[in-house]
Amino acid sequence: MMTIRKLFATVALVAGSLMAAQAATAEDKIRIATEGAYSPFNMVDSNGELIGFDVEIAQALCAQMQADCDIVAQDWDGIIPGLRARKYDAIIASMSITEERLRVVDFSDKYYSNVLAFVTPEGSSIEVTKVGLQGKTVGAQRATIAGQYLEDNLGDVVDVKLYDTQDNAYLDLASGRLDALLSDKFPAYDWLRSDEGNGFHFQGDDIDINDEIGIAVRKGDALKDKFSAAIKAIVADGTYAKINEKYFPFSIY
Amino acid sequence: MDLQGFGHLLISGTWITIQLALASLVVGLVFGLTGAAAKLSNNRVARWLATGYTTLVRGLPELLLVLTIYFGGSQLLMWIASGFGYDEYIEIGPFIAGVAALSIAFGAYATEVFRMAMMEIPAGQWESGLACGMSPRRTFFRIILPQVWRLAIPGLGNLFQVLLKDTALVSVVGLNDIMRQSQVAISATKEPFTFFMVAACIYLLLTAATTGFTMLMEWVANPAARESRG
Amino acid sequence: MTWEWSVIWQYLPRLMEGAWLTLELVLISGLIGIALAIPLSLMRASSQFWLKALPFTYIYFFRGTPLLVQIFLVYYGASQFEFVRESILWPILKQPYWCAIIAFSLNTAAYSAELFRSAIQAIPVGEIEAAEAMGMSKPVQVRRIILPRAFGIALPAYGNEVILMLKGSALASTITLLDLTGMARTIIARTYTPLEMFLAAGLVYLAISALIIGLFRFMEYRFNRYQYYHHTDTPKGLDAQLRDPHIDQ
Repeated sequence: MMTIRKLFATVALVAGSLMAAQAATAEDKIRIATEGAYSPFNMVDSNGELIGFDVEIAQALCAQMQADCDIVAQDWDGIIPGLRARKYDAIIASMSITEERLRVVDFSDKYYSNVLAFVTPEGSSIEVTKVGLQGKTVGAQRATIAGQYLEDNLGDVVDVKLYDTQDNAYLDLASGRLDALLSDKFPAYDWLRSDEGNGFHFQGDDIDINDEIGIAVRKGDALKDKFSAAIKAIVADGTYAKINEKYFPFSIY
Repeated sequence: MDLQGFGHLLISGTWITIQLALASLVVGLVFGLTGAAAKLSNNRVARWLATGYTTLVRGLPELLLVLTIYFGGSQLLMWIASGFGYDEYIEIGPFIAGVAALSIAFGAYATEVFRMAMMEIPAGQWESGLACGMSPRRTFFRIILPQVWRLAIPGLGNLFQVLLKDTALVSVVGLNDIMRQSQVAISATKEPFTFFMVAACIYLLLTAATTGFTMLMEWVANPAARESRG
Repeated sequence: MTWEWSVIWQYLPRLMEGAWLTLELVLISGLIGIALAIPLSLMRASSQFWLKALPFTYIYFFRGTPLLVQIFLVYYGASQFEFVRESILWPILKQPYWCAIIAFSLNTAAYSAELFRSAIQAIPVGEIEAAEAMGMSKPVQVRRIILPRAFGIALPAYGNEVILMLKGSALASTITLLDLTGMARTIIARTYTPLEMFLAAGLVYLAISALIIGLFRFMEYRFNRYQYYHHTDTPKGLDAQLRDPHIDQ
């Protein structure tokens, strides 16, 4: 037991000093994490470079703040713990500002607003209202705002199915197991434009759940206000609209 | 069968699966030998710990182990490490989580296989080793372990097949193994049956290869039978 | 990190709902699995090549591939074909519940068939010869001697198979079912308490497997009672054996 404890202490000491060295050089650099698996907001291109709306916004914000930035990819599940452990200083990864997250991190002002939308097969006559969806099967990805919305608002009238991945939900929509799919609108918009999304369309009005997407920083970090100010500035000077235009023909702010 | 250009993806997935299985096998064998030694030791605490380990793991779904280690592992490790004064972030990726979960599961079953094999060795083997003037350590490595090995190989071969199939579970947390790569191909081609069937055939090939390898190992580990066959 | 034990109590009723579905899946697919395994094992134990070949292929496939592939083949794979989606089976295949049961049943049938086969082959030849000598026909032998004996021999190993099935049932969560694992994952998506919730789910799994082990110990005792029978007084001579215990104590 003693030797294990010693081993741990040594590892901790070595790792700790390495981290300290790293932290010293990274003092003036802002390290930003994104996920890299949420097309078209953040993804990896064939050269392994991070690209997407979030990444471009991050670059614009850094230019605005005249800061030196490093953008790294981080798995979604570890993204908040990584921030809290100072692996990086901010998360720009299409993260919704939620009460649960606000307990552990701070958020800047929103840099876009997420809305939800129903996707159905073309020609489907379902009305996406509580009455129209009665007894239907509706899918969403597990652990997403859409999934929570379904459970909370329609859980009593529809059969809710939660999927591990958005792709599996699309598969079941195609096979006819799902009558409709509830999803974040913008990634679904991207999918509908692709070959795979052929034969499907948005049904009904968008659902505005007041879901704002912000930049997560550690609690009490002054970066929060710097990011909020920079967002305001790029929206005002038209940089934001230019990036927006590249991805969507409508404003998502 | 038309793989529509996704063949290379499946091959890279197969390679990941093999790496995961072999890494888990090595770590799992260490767990198994340690567990068996603990179960057969005179130390009551060691016996108790080993029994707790095998009982717990054999009643828990492997998927639950994978999910717990992947989603809760870094939290747990950081909690433990903070007890040693280490407060940095510790990350557990899908591969590490997979190796941890699968080797823990493999080790629990392997403990029983090794324990049975060790108990099969007659006490006279120990005694004669010692009588020849060998140290207990040397007796263990020269006389006992080679025989344990021979007795344990069929059981371990079966366990490795189980392990190989369980690697598919790690795709659920995002490791790019055979299963995950098939799903990538499916999301582009919309042909789930074709690609899951191809995945199934790859697994069949791997399990068949394992059976062959196990038989080879049995032959290698059993010089007596080899000699008698000429 | 802080542990949030209270979430376990808060969500315990929902976890129990999940546990109930898990039990249901294991029980129903277990029963269907046995029903499939019996004819398969009889065919496997037969001496005719063609009768053996079919179950061999089936068993080889299901024992050689991961359960996850099998469940995805049934759930996502079947829907690739237009004729499946238009067949009368679609209302059943459409539901993840039945897809899970189909996949689990086929899987456990393959493993159980092998267990039953080796049990059938472990029945002492003398017992079958005795049955033949009594003039029993083959079907009567199967029903009265072979199956009950094989069942008794296979029971301990079959108990293990049921535990493995319980563990495998966690895969139902990958096709949207809210079994014990699925429920835990759904709760975690909301509470961000993976360790607490998976720990709670793990304890429920352990409780269920303890229950199954206990049940099989009991059944084993009942089924193989003759092995546990202790003669309280040894008969002294032949006369004593012929004596009717009901008449003269």
